[in-house]
Amino acid sequence: MTQRPDILVLFAHLAIGHSKINRAMLAALDDLPRVRLHDLLETYPDFYIDVEHEQAMLREVDLVVFQHPVYWYGLPAIMKHWLDCVFTQGFAFGSGGVALRGKALLQACSTGAQADAYRPGGIHHYPMDQLLLPMRAVARFCGMRYLEPLVVHGGHRLPEADIADHAARYRRILADYRHDTDDAVASGGG
Amino acid sequence: MQELGLLGQVAVYLAAAVITVPISKRLGLGSVLGYLAAGVAIGPWALGLIAEARDILHFAEFGVVLLLFLIGLELNPNRLWAMRRAIFGLGGAQVALSTLLLYVLFRELGMEWRWALVGAMGVALSSTAIALQTLTERNLLSTPAGRSGFAVLLFQDIAVIPMLMVIPLLGGGGGETVDAWVRVAKILAAIGLVVVGGRFLVLPLLRLIAQSGVREIFTASALLLVIVIGLMMEAFDLSMALGAFLTGVLLAESEYRHALESDIEPFKGLLLGLFFIAVGMSLDFGVLLGQPLQVLQLLGALLLAKALVLWLLAWIHRIPLRQHLLFVCLLAQGGEFAFVLFAAGVDSGVLDGEWRDLLIGAVVLSMALTPLLLFAVGRWFDPLLTGRDRRPMDTITEPEQPVIIVGFGRFGQIVGRLLHANGIDTTILDHDPQHIDLIRRFGFKVFYGDGNRLDLLEAAGAARAKLLVLAIDDQAETVRIAGLVRERFPQLRILARAWDARHVLELREAGVDLVERETFEGALRLGETALRQLGLTAWRANQAAHQFRRHDVDLVELQFRHFHEEIEVRGRISADAREQLREQMQIDVETFAVHRDSAWDPDEAGARSDAEGGERGGS
Repeated sequence: MTQRPDILVLFAHLAIGHSKINRAMLAALDDLPRVRLHDLLETYPDFYIDVEHEQAMLREVDLVVFQHPVYWYGLPAIMKHWLDCVFTQGFAFGSGGVALRGKALLQACSTGAQADAYRPGGIHHYPMDQLLLPMRAVARFCGMRYLEPLVVHGGHRLPEADIADHAARYRRILADYRHDTDDAVASGGG
Repeated sequence: MQELGLLGQVAVYLAAAVITVPISKRLGLGSVLGYLAAGVAIGPWALGLIAEARDILHFAEFGVVLLLFLIGLELNPNRLWAMRRAIFGLGGAQVALSTLLLYVLFRELGMEWRWALVGAMGVALSSTAIALQTLTERNLLSTPAGRSGFAVLLFQDIAVIPMLMVIPLLGGGGGETVDAWVRVAKILAAIGLVVVGGRFLVLPLLRLIAQSGVREIFTASALLLVIVIGLMMEAFDLSMALGAFLTGVLLAESEYRHALESDIEPFKGLLLGLFFIAVGMSLDFGVLLGQPLQVLQLLGALLLAKALVLWLLAWIHRIPLRQHLLFVCLLAQGGEFAFVLFAAGVDSGVLDGEWRDLLIGAVVLSMALTPLLLFAVGRWFDPLLTGRDRRPMDTITEPEQPVIIVGFGRFGQIVGRLLHANGIDTTILDHDPQHIDLIRRFGFKVFYGDGNRLDLLEAAGAARAKLLVLAIDDQAETVRIAGLVRERFPQLRILARAWDARHVLELREAGVDLVERETFEGALRLGETALRQLGLTAWRANQAAHQFRRHDVDLVELQFRHFHEEIEVRGRISADAREQLREQMQIDVETFAVHRDSAWDPDEAGARSDAEGGERGGS
């Protein structure tokens, strides 16, 4: 199998040592040759992003995965910073900014709280759908297809078996992913 | 009073200058008038302390030679070439028109045609010494009027050569025409010699001498260089000043430019001062009082004719209107070349001795009037001259480098390359000649010099630069330079390389607040890499290094607060600091024990991670 990676998994976590669920998810991708894993904090601990390198990587893949814990209802700072630096005018949007058009975007995130925290009356009040709106908007604006997000709640309290199930499901989604160009173009914005 | 020995005479000159020049400066009249007054005071017509002015005058003319050498150092061949039109167009027109007009006026005053011609030629030339001294003293050399004035003066230096050749011919010695061709050949040979010698002989010699490392020998060789060139030019019947100027231009791009500048500068200053004193001394009050009307007539003719021509040229040459008066007053006087030309004229029998005395009286008076005229212009017409309105100075065409780096070794190079890469030009001083050669080959602007001398820093533009990076490896020297610079160039921000924490304290004490320990960042970085190699995530290692950096900087800050206290106290605080570091590290261990354990080895972290809540709501 000398397949070229067509999926880029961006990953950021301030303390990966504490997150069993994220470790399990990463481990599940280990033997997938089509996946290129990119640990942002490991590569850019001082936040100095090599923009050209990142953009070149993006051009080569069909699916971009943002795997991250939900920090304050959003991306970890390094991931947002990466987005700010890499999704630039002329690349991701604006005149000539068509590099991402037709590609797909998948958010694979974990939360500390249980699922029922994310509904009116729960401690976080707002449903997950609403909290993930910003990335959905990013995808739309850049002409990317926003795939059904993969969310896991209360990861640190999950039994081993459920962790394994979730990791396996994550792996299956990526392994079985079939890029559908027509559909993507149809929903493309920009 | 002839019994005054050499030292006695020197004492008289110096005392006179020391008394009158500061007074003149304080009154806003500039230094030149002060020197002239000193000369009058000690000369034969006042105190009579020194009887013979002529020898001194001739000796002191060397000050003008040094001045032109220094001006040459500021102008590289390209800039000189760019000025060619101003030099030959403007300068040529000034000399030709002034000579013509003066000739007519002198004829009107009753001179014979040959006398009038020699007189007109001599008086048409201005005083390089006074004009340039004024321009540099008031920082006007880069204004339009200053630049044009300089071009005219340069042309006059060239024009004096053919004038000196013509004067003997006026005497009617027809057999000299063959000689003229020989002379032209000699002139070309001399200039060729300077150009070739400057490239292939002077530079290697300077390098060799610089490598010997003996400071005063470098100074001696700089002085020797100018004197030898001057003598050589004189042997070829050329202007010493012109030769020195050419040599200066040739060395303008060498790494020794600043070193030469700062070495020659004091000699130039003193000799030029002496020159002005001698001019003051040679003011012949006998002639002035005997025939005051004639002298005043000549003076009036001189100033009127030259001013008229200069005004016309300023207008044609589009010098800004408000600088016309400056341009006129700068060049309207007669100059030192007049003495030389008149002497040649009398020798060749084409100038009457009595007229010579009258003319010299007028020239000297015009020279003495120049500072007064400039003062008046500055006072009433052009605030530029007095420095009350500094705004027009923004038009300086010769931007100094905003950053000076002293020491371009392992440390300074990185600083310099970073600035260079970001389009910031720097002036670099380094004291290792071989080192300089190497760096210059890569296009850096590196100059030879120790950086421990204020005059050298001054020459490198310290008075106008923004930053001074002290990157030498000698600790005590760094502190010393920092102290000197703080005192002398308070506007200059000092950034210093420190050897260790102790050195940081000394530098802080000397008033430098931007200090980097030379090994600190590198060591911290390597420590961070070590942490990563041992399994910490890059982020964790990065934060650990940041934490340690902040902690250590705080520690140095704490030490600095106690630095004024006695040695024993300092010792104790040092011990405290070590103790505190141990405590701090202990605190680190306790605070981050859990995090760190899990981060060290993900495989073993599992058991504990369940207990950790989702910080920031994540997991």
